[in-house]
Amino acid sequence: MSSTNGTLLSVRNLSMFYPMRAGFLQGHRGEVRAVDDVSFDIQAGETLGLVGESGCGKTTTGRCILRVVAPTAGELWYHPREGESVDLARLDTGGLLPWRQEIRMIFQDPFASLNPRLPVLEIVGECLKVNRGLRGSALEERVAELLGMVGLRPEYMRRYPHAFSGGERQRIGIARALALNPRLVVADEAVSALDVSVRSQTLNLLQDLQNEMQLTYLFISHDLSVIRYVCNRVAVMYVGKLVELADTRSLFLTPQHPYTEALLSSVPKPDPRVRSQRIVLEGDVPDPSQPPSGCHFHPRCRYAVDRCAEETPPLRETADGHHVACHLADEIELVGIHG
Amino acid sequence: MPVERQLSAEDLLLEVRDLHVHFPLDEGTVKAVAGVDFDVYRNRTLCVVGESGCGKSVSAQSILQLVDRPGRIVQGQIRFHRHDADGSVTVTDLAALRSSSRALRAIRGRHIGMVFQEPNTSLSPIHTVGNQISEVIRLHLGEDEEAARRRGIEMLERVGIARPAQNYDAYTFELSGGMRQRVMIAMALVCSPALLIADEPTTALDVTTQAQIMSLLQELQADFGMGVMLITHDLGVVAEMADDVVVMYLGQVAEYGDVDRIFHAPAHPYTKALLRSIPNLDFDQDIRLDSIRGMVPDPFHRPAGCPFGPRCDEVIEGRCEAENPPAFSLGEGGSVRCLHYEEVALS
Repeated sequence: MSSTNGTLLSVRNLSMFYPMRAGFLQGHRGEVRAVDDVSFDIQAGETLGLVGESGCGKTTTGRCILRVVAPTAGELWYHPREGESVDLARLDTGGLLPWRQEIRMIFQDPFASLNPRLPVLEIVGECLKVNRGLRGSALEERVAELLGMVGLRPEYMRRYPHAFSGGERQRIGIARALALNPRLVVADEAVSALDVSVRSQTLNLLQDLQNEMQLTYLFISHDLSVIRYVCNRVAVMYVGKLVELADTRSLFLTPQHPYTEALLSSVPKPDPRVRSQRIVLEGDVPDPSQPPSGCHFHPRCRYAVDRCAEETPPLRETADGHHVACHLADEIELVGIHG
Repeated sequence: MPVERQLSAEDLLLEVRDLHVHFPLDEGTVKAVAGVDFDVYRNRTLCVVGESGCGKSVSAQSILQLVDRPGRIVQGQIRFHRHDADGSVTVTDLAALRSSSRALRAIRGRHIGMVFQEPNTSLSPIHTVGNQISEVIRLHLGEDEEAARRRGIEMLERVGIARPAQNYDAYTFELSGGMRQRVMIAMALVCSPALLIADEPTTALDVTTQAQIMSLLQELQADFGMGVMLITHDLGVVAEMADDVVVMYLGQVAEYGDVDRIFHAPAHPYTKALLRSIPNLDFDQDIRLDSIRGMVPDPFHRPAGCPFGPRCDEVIEGRCEAENPPAFSLGEGGSVRCLHYEEVALS
């Protein structure tokens, strides 16, 4: 893995609430707490995984970092190569312009994220035209180079997206994200839509590119086996809150949050001889507009005590680099993937 | 330890033999299913696994003649063994029936239940859960509204829906994804079918919900003793659920066998490659993921010879490009379509 040298982005107390409006006058009817007071750092050169189930706020966190949306509260301190740190949360569209070239995105659905009416040259080259002013043969050369980097034949740059398979389209999306030599790439479920054999090719490609270009990834996924494979550290989210953050190995082997334990036990293991002892959680993920009191996980937690319903546990460091938001973290023994 | 195979003819529910399903399109004919054989037994789970476009869903849909137009079964037999209460067995070839025929409609939903991938699109948004479940009961079991309601609520409770009486009158958009999939399962099982076909039933769901649904299916199978045919692309799900496994590639069965052998002694190069390319959770070895080179060929340009040939690492020069291997027996009911096993089968 690449070396880490300092923090690239510090997320501090990030919150994103979406108002719910209803009725004739569109009166305020409460809010959906998609991301609720989340703090973490992304180190330069690492791959930080953000994992959780649908509706846990992992995608919204990514969208806040990309400033697709303006967060309700909190700070996003970006540390550029040179000069002062900037708080992306406070910048307006104009102020964000230089940083938008350094933080790019790879989308989930390779069929929906490429404009079917544009040839690959335009799709990958658009940001080069706008930001670098490249034209003509200079543009074609750079696009050809990018396509070569992601393992596509440069001759294909005049083709339209429909001529490519899902895995190839995802490579086009990756080439587009890398066109401006970004430092941070947010990959939101970047391999979820791909088949097993193509998925492993794409994961290997992402790792090679990381080494070549000293990239930092925020890798958002619901798939723990993919997370385990590509990430250095992993953050687990549940109903808008960060519940656990640790390096991948200790998160998988010695989880400290009961939700992480349940999540790990739910992953089907690809070996019929170890049919797992699944911890089957009761009920559904709660509605983020009406989260449970105290620890949001307490109604489904098999270790919950009275205190869990009353007090929201803060995220605290329990071991070196291992952060967990659970009152009982020191008292309960949880089982990791080898348990 | 290999699972003991006690497969008796009495437990046989479904025999699929040499099934071919073609889609005649303007660009050419897509041979979505090109000669598939498998059996489903009572009280056992058959998992059909493969990547998109391998024909696993079309094979499942063709059992109930639900293949989208212009696809149609052009060859083969789908023999369904109906076991009646008095012990008699009636064998019907479903492939020979017309899709809208009375005979097939009497089997669909009554003797063979089906659960689809997308609970959001397979349930009606303008009918209540109760409407949709009671329709099945009234149609197949001829019960009146009152009895259907009682049976429906009972079934909802059985699949673990909280407040079943209340949710019986709910619309499906009021339920979460996991709940909707439970409703689908309740609808498929309410007439106690002998065979349940589940096409990617957990793919659209989160892992913890997936764990709930898989446990539910296992429980229900233990209770009702039905045969389950589970279509999935997830080898983890296969390892957890399957007794027998069919690995499909480009419309053909690459390999067939019991789950333990498939995972611990895979024979076909495709099965081996597939198993190597899944990221597992193990930390003992931190190696680079193996991947299968190239990609699934497009359906209009099937390679000559073995369909996996162009991507295979164990190609026999001069033969694999020319011959599409037949299924060679591996003993214990297993089979593999690969020329490397020609001698094994002969000896």
